Amino acid sequence: MNTRKGALPIVDRPLSKGRNEVSLSAFAFLFSELVQYSQTQVSTVTELEHRLEEIGRRVGEKVLELLCFREKASRREIRLLGMLSFIHTTVWKCLFGKAAESLERGTDNEDEYMISDRELLVNRFISVPRDMGQLNCGAYVSGVVKGILNSAGFPAQVSAHYVAVEGQSRPRTTILMKFTDEVMEREHRLGS
Amino acid sequence: MSIFSLYIVNKSGGLIFQKDFADIARLNTNDALMQASIWHSLHAISSQISPLNGCTGIEMLETSTFSLHCFQALTGTKFFVTCAPRTTGVESLLRTIYEMYSDYVLKNPFYEMEMPIRCAAFDLQLVVAIKGMA
Repeated sequence: MNTRKGALPIVDRPLSKGRNEVSLSAFAFLFSELVQYSQTQVSTVTELEHRLEEIGRRVGEKVLELLCFREKASRREIRLLGMLSFIHTTVWKCLFGKAAESLERGTDNEDEYMISDRELLVNRFISVPRDMGQLNCGAYVSGVVKGILNSAGFPAQVSAHYVAVEGQSRPRTTILMKFTDEVMEREHRLGS
Repeated sequence: MSIFSLYIVNKSGGLIFQKDFADIARLNTNDALMQASIWHSLHAISSQISPLNGCTGIEMLETSTFSLHCFQALTGTKFFVTCAPRTTGVESLLRTIYEMYSDYVLKNPFYEMEMPIRCAAFDLQLVVAIKGMA
């Protein structure tokens, strides 16, 4: 075992808080390569989004474990609104440095919720060419959210959409979450 | 507006981006391509014939009707703007444009190196920067 004199063995040392700041440029280049690599493996835009979502899902599962331990002293969220505000503030702050802009409930359906941001960090430097259609690289972020929700026991369909806003040249991005029936039933049963 | 147009030339001398900001400067595509290649060759020749060592090429060309400022990055990509004579702040504008290029073009996964630049985000930022100059 390689230990300095007087230092505890590695499993007994306290877990560090971790570095909060990472170079934006480094992340942007890495993400750009991620997208380019995924493009070589797929043939359609939908498949590319699925791939990015899959990568994000794995990140989400791990982020949930990490943040529950660090931020909430291992308390589990069992109510839907609690989980949503956890994602909206804590997860966004950990991943992107600030809380998301808004959390809304879908007007048409009871089981749809939306988190919106003026511009997702991952999309900041990306301009999608016209022949790529409706591709949104925010599919990566919707994958992260999906991983978190699925691991926490709130299975849902998550997707990222551009919503045009007047007065702004770049459209807002909305992460749409559609929860399954069992989640909504459970919520009703637990009482609201 | 005192900035007439912006050209970006890749390291092999091909024009990858061109934008006109004033009506008097509008060239058609062929002329723009020729202008870019001529400037690329002039720039290369100037560093060879310079009497001093360590010359990296022409940085500014001043005529009675316009000035041309050029910035060459370490990779060989050249950014040059034509503007009204005696305009100030063009050097810092070129640095800003270089920064925006490295952000909105190079970090775009859909951009291939040395190809013409077609990035909406880059165009938007450019318009903001040029407006800030005027």
